[in-house]
Amino acid sequence: MNLAVRDIRHSLGRFVLTTIGVGMLLMVVMGMGGIYRGLVDDALVVTRGVGADLWVVQRDTRGPFAEVSRLPRSLVDRIAAVPGVTDAREFVLHTIQREHRGKPLRMGVLGLGWPTDKGEGLPLIAGRPLAQNHFEMIADESLGLGLGERLRLGKDTYTVVGLTRWLVASGGDGIACFTSRDAQAIQFHEPGESIRLERQARRARADEIDFGRTQPGVLDRASGPAQSLAALPSPAISAVIARLMPGTDPASVQRSMSGWSDVTTYTGPQQEELLLKGSVDRARRQILLFRVLLTIISAVIMALIIYTLTLDKLHPIALLKLIGAPTHVIAGLILQQSLIMGVLAYGVGYLIGTRLFPLFPRRVLVSNDDLLRLAGIVLVISVLASLLGIWKAMRVAPNEAIG
Amino acid sequence: MDDPLALETSGLTKVYGSGHTEVVALRDASMRVRRGEVVALLGPSGAGKSTFLLCVGLINPPTRGTVTIGGKLMQDGPRSLGDLRRFRRERIGFVFQKSNLIPFLSAIENVQVVGELIGRPSSVARRRAKELLDALGVGRRAFNMPTQLSGGEQQRVTVARALANQPSLILADEPTAALDSVRGRQVMELFRDVAHRHGTGVIVVTHDHRALDVFDTIYEMEDGLLKPAASAAAKATAARA
Ligand SMILES: Nc1ncnc2c1ncn2[C@@H]1O[C@H](COP(=O)(O)OP(=O)(O)O)[C@@H](O)[C@H]1O
Ligand SMILES: [Mg+2]
Repeated sequence: MNLAVRDIRHSLGRFVLTTIGVGMLLMVVMGMGGIYRGLVDDALVVTRGVGADLWVVQRDTRGPFAEVSRLPRSLVDRIAAVPGVTDAREFVLHTIQREHRGKPLRMGVLGLGWPTDKGEGLPLIAGRPLAQNHFEMIADESLGLGLGERLRLGKDTYTVVGLTRWLVASGGDGIACFTSRDAQAIQFHEPGESIRLERQARRARADEIDFGRTQPGVLDRASGPAQSLAALPSPAISAVIARLMPGTDPASVQRSMSGWSDVTTYTGPQQEELLLKGSVDRARRQILLFRVLLTIISAVIMALIIYTLTLDKLHPIALLKLIGAPTHVIAGLILQQSLIMGVLAYGVGYLIGTRLFPLFPRRVLVSNDDLLRLAGIVLVISVLASLLGIWKAMRVAPNEAIG
Repeated sequence: MDDPLALETSGLTKVYGSGHTEVVALRDASMRVRRGEVVALLGPSGAGKSTFLLCVGLINPPTRGTVTIGGKLMQDGPRSLGDLRRFRRERIGFVFQKSNLIPFLSAIENVQVVGELIGRPSSVARRRAKELLDALGVGRRAFNMPTQLSGGEQQRVTVARALANQPSLILADEPTAALDSVRGRQVMELFRDVAHRHGTGVIVVTHDHRALDVFDTIYEMEDGLLKPAASAAAKATAARA
């Protein structure tokens, strides 16, 4: 006969309500871990999606995911000439916002290294990789585009040939993949309206300064194409990604580029590590702190409720002592209740969480490792929570059962 | 089991507090109870009767004196609480004035738990619990919770629980105070039957003089002093009342 279960049955309402409450807290702990995993995974999907063996970035910067990196476009050709490199291209990932079907559509534009990379490595859930070097795209399902749907971007129209799941940029916008050249075409195409507005703004600035008033030529230039402004350099690129010949040691290629004064190189794994240590790391620590706080709060709530449940049965506990129940039976009664509450709350958190998390706007990725670790933590806080109650129960004298 | 005495105490003394607040609740109390003997303990309130039962029942250690239960010396100077608890669960059954059932266990579970505490398998303890409840006339209430039972039924379940470990000694402190006289007498007779059938020594603290004819021996206590009342005289007193 299990005394813990019998007593729980006796005060079922309170026990169930508390368990659900603690379960919700655990669900949030689980969810926050999942949000972090989601962030990491989203970030890695992009770096892995472009399939780079080597990342070349501006000297002493940590790559396009960590900070601004500016490289001359000509670098692409220089890198392609390095022994061991099969092809090099610029890394293109930028966010655009366009109107589509009357609604604003924000998306990340990612360039794939056609023809070596057609998008086979992407998490495709429908359709196919790219099959031609122009006018096709693979869209993330979160963009709400259907297979075969046609989308006008810049001067050209692109057809959705494949759909991915959970391919999103760090801001959470769905990513669409194009061939590298299409991606650049989209990046540097400015809609007529924005060009007109930019020229107008330039003109207004020029009107306000003495230089503009004394040099009429400046005003003329301000209204013309940007290329004719001498001060404007050709657009810089943020990184060059290179693929290596099969069997080539990335370190040896890195060594041969180590003499270049303007670049720093990272291998794929190094870039991933930088990514995790950089922008994602702060989010990780922030989330970790919240999880620790919530875990402590769960433990405190459990301890309090187990304690009050124990206070409610001090008389029966004194009675049990009176009829000679050994200490381990009484401590076991309280400990088991705490464990039962912990395990049930964990189950409640898991059940609600797995139904709720998919409805979240960003990915909540609950890994089995995290689940296992949380289960261990729940067991520990269950034990800790019971200590206060056990301490109280141990101090009850058997003759308190009489009178 | 071959010792004919269920209980023997000698020089049992209990002093509560110290200095100004010192109360001598029990002075040199000596008592012998044979197996199967039913003893009544009379006396005014504050005489020290409960204190005596708590000392004998190994709940409150005496200041001085020894307690021997079923031929085994249980209390002679300090003992560990764990030892005392083991002696209690193996050798003593308790019944108190207020019903002392565990509220979250049904009638049968209240009895069964005692059997399990002394290491009987659950099924054996349960079967024995059912037998006891049947024997005490509350078998039909076995699956009711304590709050669903009347006062008399609760006391019967308590008696069943006190018997569940086949104790050498049953200690009952005013077990019938909350019952009407008919029910009270039934419980007293129950104790006598149990004592005679199982060879258990029973000590019952009572104020109810009408049921004294049930007892084999009667003790009186006043101001911490325990003395045997001539049982014939006491029975006569009881009969007159
Ligand atoms: N825990 C205690 N602390 C101090 N004094 C006590 C305690 N328990 C009982 N007493 C005192 O001991 C005396 C005997 O009490 P008790 O054994 O309860 O008498 P009875 O059961 O015969 O009414 C009383 O004077 C009571 O006040
Ligand atoms: Mg008393």
